[in-house]
Amino acid sequence: MTALVIAEHDNKTLNDATAKTVTAAALVSSPVHILVAGQDCAAVADAAAKIAGVEKVLLADDALYARMLAENMETLILGHADTYDAILAPATTTGKNYLPRVAAKLDVPQISEIIAVVSPDTFERPIYAGNAIETVQAPPGKKIITVRTTAFKAAATGGNARVEMISTATDPGLSRFVDENLSKSERPDLTSAKIVISGGRGLGSAENFKLLDQIADRLGAAVGASRAAVDAGYLPNDFQVGQTGKAVAPDLYLAIGISGAIQHLAGMKDSRVIAAINKDSEAPIFQIADYGLVADLFQAIPELNDEIAKRGIGQKA
Amino acid sequence: MKVLVPVKRVIDYNVKVRVKADQSGVDLANLKMSMNPFDEIAVEAAVKMKESGKATEVVIVSVGPAQALDTIRTALAMGGDRGILVKVEGPVEPLAVAKLLKAICDEEKPGLVLTGKQAIDSDANQTGQMLAALLGWGQGTFAHSLELSDGTIKVAREIDGGLQTVSLKLPAVVTTDLRLNQPRYASLPNIMKAKKKPVAEKSPGDLGVDVTPRCKVLKVAEPAKRAGGVKVKTVAELVDKLVEAGVVT
Ligand SMILES: Cc1cc2nc3c(=O)[nH]c(=O)nc-3n(C[C@H](O)[C@H](O)[C@H](O)COP(=O)(O)OP(=O)(O)OC[C@H]3O[C@@H](n4cnc5c(N)ncnc54)[C@H](O)[C@@H]3O)c2cc1C
Ligand SMILES: Nc1ncnc2c1ncn2[C@@H]1O[C@H](COP(=O)(O)O)[C@@H](O)[C@H]1O
Repeated sequence: MTALVIAEHDNKTLNDATAKTVTAAALVSSPVHILVAGQDCAAVADAAAKIAGVEKVLLADDALYARMLAENMETLILGHADTYDAILAPATTTGKNYLPRVAAKLDVPQISEIIAVVSPDTFERPIYAGNAIETVQAPPGKKIITVRTTAFKAAATGGNARVEMISTATDPGLSRFVDENLSKSERPDLTSAKIVISGGRGLGSAENFKLLDQIADRLGAAVGASRAAVDAGYLPNDFQVGQTGKAVAPDLYLAIGISGAIQHLAGMKDSRVIAAINKDSEAPIFQIADYGLVADLFQAIPELNDEIAKRGIGQKA
Repeated sequence: MKVLVPVKRVIDYNVKVRVKADQSGVDLANLKMSMNPFDEIAVEAAVKMKESGKATEVVIVSVGPAQALDTIRTALAMGGDRGILVKVEGPVEPLAVAKLLKAICDEEKPGLVLTGKQAIDSDANQTGQMLAALLGWGQGTFAHSLELSDGTIKVAREIDGGLQTVSLKLPAVVTTDLRLNQPRYASLPNIMKAKKKPVAEKSPGDLGVDVTPRCKVLKVAEPAKRAGGVKVKTVAELVDKLVEAGVVT
């Protein structure tokens, strides 16, 4: 039978969380179809059609889906659910919002944030802030799954799927989009960046967070934060890395002035290399850091910036 | 307007769990248990609504073992009015919790349900959304701030790109995120008072819901361990290591 992947996008560009979800989906069921729901989003559907291994792209283009509101997505997906034996979405705030509604209406338990497909009905997922990995077997029938995209490689491009316009569902009239306040950044996306530099409460202020900017710019890195830094208003909520924020797994994670609480580690301990700068030699972050520097960050950061500049690091990219 | 707040008894967020040697689950014996932190935020939000005259009654519901009564009492000490304990031993999947809550909503007819966004034990992040779907209501997940007016609620949501505000027709389900508020500590007099507040007990059978788990947990394992622990003395040495590891060029 067939798997359906719900695309993540902003009506203009396809988020690479989609291609990663396709990789997971193909292990559950194939062929794979993609549903693109949005408004004036034909370009997104065309991009989805180029993902290798995708047989068909369903395009629902309507004002109803401009913001992918959960209630509207529910009725749209339910209208097509019969055809599929697996429905997958990336475990983004969008996917987490609508997919449980679909699962509930289909009377199917959802398997959240899988990190591995053991077999088409058996999955691995982190629980207890990543302190345990559960292997769980879904019951027979439809599989409803969200995917932690940092755990899967993006499916290659080179596909040539057909795009089929589908009719839209009726407006459930339960919710209405009011407005959006999005963080603007020239930097790479936190969840797909190769290098992430995160700051914690140790940075002390929003102003001081700017100390990280120069290094981040040189390295082409994304900036992240601990919950304490976000709660203190140093950075907006979407910078939070952790159990209840974003999961990241870059080649390099640089933790600065972060103690290393389990809730923070849950979101970054799958990074390839972890480096930490903290003035407290007992900080738990050092137990998982490949390289730890015990230092005052207000000294170490400018030094690090100079050292990187001196060696011409980052300019070769 | 009546506000319903489901609260889950979970391992305290400060405790690091250990996986059992036979990989059948995590060892919870003798560990400190608390209210799921997101649910404390939900209780706080509900109590604030009552204090500002926007809510008339705050009803606390927990699905769990007999000890979940303690969790309900904690919420009552924070300002909840009465409790409902749906007694179940063993794990209950989010879909089953949502069905139980739906049955309770059918009886109680709240104007708003405030849940946590995620239980920190199973990390499912499903129940509120499922409940909203089963009720046919709108939802505002990952709430950062709320604005209640006649018949609608505006919810600013913490999303991956920043904040998004939606307006929902009431009744609705809202799930809380960390920035919504700072939950209060219950005072001793309020803890004493909470002991006298009514808590009804129900069984899944009373509510007509089958809570038998549908998924099978085959194994619970330790995550891969990281070696860690190498200390460098200087920034220059740190950069050497990062270059050696090939993560900066
Ligand atoms: C329900 C729940 C969910 C949570 N979810 C998350 C989550 O998703 N992500 C997350 O990060 N947290 C989360 N937390 C919070 C978590 O428990 C910690 O409180 C938080 O991670 C601490 O952030 P921090 O390390 O920045 O602050 P702190 O723990 O205060 O650490 C600050 C560190 O900075 C160091 N420091 C201070 N000054 C300097 C200096 N001048 N130079 C060098 N080092 C310095 C200190 O030594 C210290 O180690 C959650 C908590 C709860 C209850
Ligand atoms: N057993 C339970 N009893 C009461 N409320 C629950 C229970 N399980 C989940 N919830 C509610 O649903 C929210 C999300 O949980 P989950 O979907 O399991 O991550 C929690 O924060 C609670 O508000």
